[in-house]
Amino acid sequence: MSRKPYIRSVSTTSWWTVQPRYIRYMAREVSCVLIGAYSAVVVIGLLRLAEGAAAWNAFLECLQKPTSIAFHLLALAFALYHTTTWFNVTPKAMPIQLGETQLPGGIIIGAHYAGWVVVSVVILFLVGV
Amino acid sequence: MARSHKPIVWSLFAAGGTFAAFITPVMIFVTGLAIALGLMPAETLAYERVLAFVQNPIGKGLVFLLVFLPAWHAAHRLRITAHDFGIRADTLVATLCYGLATLATAVTVYALFSV
Repeated sequence: MSRKPYIRSVSTTSWWTVQPRYIRYMAREVSCVLIGAYSAVVVIGLLRLAEGAAAWNAFLECLQKPTSIAFHLLALAFALYHTTTWFNVTPKAMPIQLGETQLPGGIIIGAHYAGWVVVSVVILFLVGV
Repeated sequence: MARSHKPIVWSLFAAGGTFAAFITPVMIFVTGLAIALGLMPAETLAYERVLAFVQNPIGKGLVFLLVFLPAWHAAHRLRITAHDFGIRADTLVATLCYGLATLATAVTVYALFSV
């Protein structure tokens, strides 16, 4: 008598809804949709800029709409989630060895956050916020 | 050994992910939210000011990176994520994702050289 074969019934489309950590993984992955969409917004803005002052001002008008604000808030939330998840794996993605010891992961992550704050503040200063 | 395009898309994914992590949040705030939420004067993104920035070679380079790197990062991650959502038509998905990133890159170069 053969044993009953073990068959896992895992959905290929909704497997990630069963565990919070899978949902967090998918949220990290889906951040690329918002990041890609923001690239598209920049491309549209560049085309309007190339068309002249009237087209650029119309583009700026569109950015004032509630739908645009909602999109950018959502994109900002996902972009920030991308930043934290990206920085938090840096000790695994590029471990730094000093002689016999490994540089603690917290230092690598902390250096990324510190650099991020500096870069963001410099950009805000240069833009003139 | 068989040649593969994997190192190219992977290095673009890594470079784009790093660039997006450092630069994209603050740029979304600057171009998409700061004026609309009244946190920055509207003149900051005035036509003459943005035009001068984009006509400058360094500005052109920075704007190119702002589109190009995150777009390729997003394209590669979206291709992989499509598989996680149960879509198995990888050739079609890869063509669409990398095709969109190529289109975004090409239009950006066109726009940057016509301003």
